[in-house]
Amino acid sequence: MTHDPQAASPQPDPSPASTQVSIPAGGNSGGTMGRVLGSLSGLARLETFLVIILALLVLWGASLSPFFLTGANFGFSTQAVMEISIMALAMTPIIITGEIDLSVESMVGLSSCVLGWLWASGVPLELGIPIVLMVGVAGGLFNGLIVTRWGLPSLVVTLATYALFRGLGHVVLGSTVISNFPAGFTQFGFGYVSGTSVPWTLLVFLLLAVVAVAIVHWTWIGRQVFAAGKNKNAARYSGVRVGALKTGLFAISGLVAAFAGIILTSRTSTASPDNGLNMTLAVVTIVVLGGVDINGGKGTVPGVILAVFILGTLKSALTQAGVSTDYQNVAIGLLLIASVIAPQLGRQSRLLVDRARLGRQRPTRAQAPGKTVG
Amino acid sequence: MALSVRANAPSPGRAAGALLGRLARSREATLALVVIVLAALVWLAAPSFLSPTNLISVTSFTAIIAIAAVGEALVIITKNIDLSVESTMGLVAFVVAVVLQGRNIPVPAAWAFGIGLGLALGMANGVIITIFRVPSIVATLGTLSIYRGLTYWVANGKEITTSDLPANYTDPSSQTFFGVPLFVILAVAVVIVAGIALRYTVAGRALYAVGSNADAAATIGVRARSTVFMAFAVSGMLAGMAGVLWGIQFGQLYASSANGQSLAVIAAVVVGGVSISGGSGTVVGAAIGALFLGLINNALVVLNLPQEWLQVIYGAVILLAVATDALVQVRAQRAKARSRLR
Repeated sequence: MTHDPQAASPQPDPSPASTQVSIPAGGNSGGTMGRVLGSLSGLARLETFLVIILALLVLWGASLSPFFLTGANFGFSTQAVMEISIMALAMTPIIITGEIDLSVESMVGLSSCVLGWLWASGVPLELGIPIVLMVGVAGGLFNGLIVTRWGLPSLVVTLATYALFRGLGHVVLGSTVISNFPAGFTQFGFGYVSGTSVPWTLLVFLLLAVVAVAIVHWTWIGRQVFAAGKNKNAARYSGVRVGALKTGLFAISGLVAAFAGIILTSRTSTASPDNGLNMTLAVVTIVVLGGVDINGGKGTVPGVILAVFILGTLKSALTQAGVSTDYQNVAIGLLLIASVIAPQLGRQSRLLVDRARLGRQRPTRAQAPGKTVG
Repeated sequence: MALSVRANAPSPGRAAGALLGRLARSREATLALVVIVLAALVWLAAPSFLSPTNLISVTSFTAIIAIAAVGEALVIITKNIDLSVESTMGLVAFVVAVVLQGRNIPVPAAWAFGIGLGLALGMANGVIITIFRVPSIVATLGTLSIYRGLTYWVANGKEITTSDLPANYTDPSSQTFFGVPLFVILAVAVVIVAGIALRYTVAGRALYAVGSNADAAATIGVRARSTVFMAFAVSGMLAGMAGVLWGIQFGQLYASSANGQSLAVIAAVVVGGVSISGGSGTVVGAAIGALFLGLINNALVVLNLPQEWLQVIYGAVILLAVATDALVQVRAQRAKARSRLR
């Protein structure tokens, strides 16, 4: 909650998504200046909306319990969403390119199982962790290559690997659960920066978030991501290697999911085939809540970062209100659907306002026939 | 661009169309053949496969998945997806059981209630998707957890055992007519009704029209939103029916009942040759796909193979099926291109 300013700071960047926001009525009310202001407010609108939701959630949580606004609760509730949060960072560019990766939660399970199995068979963690990360890259590459080389929809491919990876986890570990990890390892997932209530994993997330903002919004790779998502063929004709780009994004998603699996194993000190179950829902919810269009082409990483804190705060407040995890999923599902409906209602009401404004201007337009609208 | 070229050369186009049609028709036949061969192999390896108890068990489970798969197929034909079927099944199974508990409600009324509840849940999906214009993957991912959460709320930590339910409700799980299990008769009836409706009614053709080319469908006057709404409503209704059967079949019900079955249902549809890109496929294919998955499921049991492999096999089978489709499509396109050059 104290991290909102940090999270929102890279926001003024004019992302390709925002440049498309142009309000037809802006042209005749204030010329280019009006249009610039219009597009800036278009960019800020969703993020503002998210900040307001976040503030309301914080107020609600604070009214439920004095414990809510303590550092301990901040650390505790942030830690609980860090795995899904770092996966959301990797999922964002994938959804912007118009694809989806449903297999992430199963990769969390598989990587956890492989790590546990390696540890149980005497492989030191210094060697086991890199191997698990390689497994993640391999799984992501598998997804990416099948999607791009065979031209198959990622929805089905990653639904298949969602079953495949989870099944492989069961095969690797059977019905055993490994939990005798060394304290040094579990300290990473469960520990805090000494003297503060900032979890180590939050630092990792913030580092990755900065990297994601930089890549998606400030580099040519990011511009290619948006181009591929808006119009695949146009992107290809302008020299974007769409297949290679998407394969790379899936590989990164696999790598990050494996990393999330390691963090989860460390935090819960348990390697089990059921690790990460139902995480995909939360990951996709964060990305969509953050304003990324599920059909691709639009979205910002800062929005997704805000959504991370909204989800974390919501879960924490619900816990304070005595709502169990089983019911919390109802709230997350409602939030997911509402996050798509709300901006649409906003757009429609804006359209009505614009229409009303145009209606008022119609007489003046008739007097000056040279002037055309939008 | 390529489309207009094709339209200008009618005779090779028709030949290619016939080829495509043959390939599409053979999908169900090929899959049926695979099922028969696989069943024969399983029977050779484990003669207990053909024992009446095992046959009823495998066909009952298959029938449940097949009924839900028919609904899912309608949705996927319109180029949408319904991820929430497993939660609809679980919620209906549990709520019907709760309603029946300790009450003297006639069994047909319980069935009607369950199917109606499924219809309502499907219509809720339809409203979110067509009126509020939420993409179906997002909407049903949301209701997947909302409906499951409702089940937890209804269950309130309790579970239901067969002894809690009236015997005349759970009886049909082993009931047969002329040696055919009741569940199978129901599934076949659903497939026949849905198959005829898809092929011969305006509403059925509209599903294909919307799924293959939404703009063209709008041009010829198909109302896309009401068509998609109908698909989701029927999908929910059939998922509700599958949920009632699930409750009858298992008797033992938890808040997490039918968890993970969306995967089996979608896998059945995709393996059955319904294209995830919309506009093609049949409910017969989806039903045979369900039979194929049910057979694999059962084979692991009767052959004493490790159950852990089930999900690996599901995943591999989905990939194999969609890859085959892609391959067939590429071949057909090449054949079309060749015939155009000639």
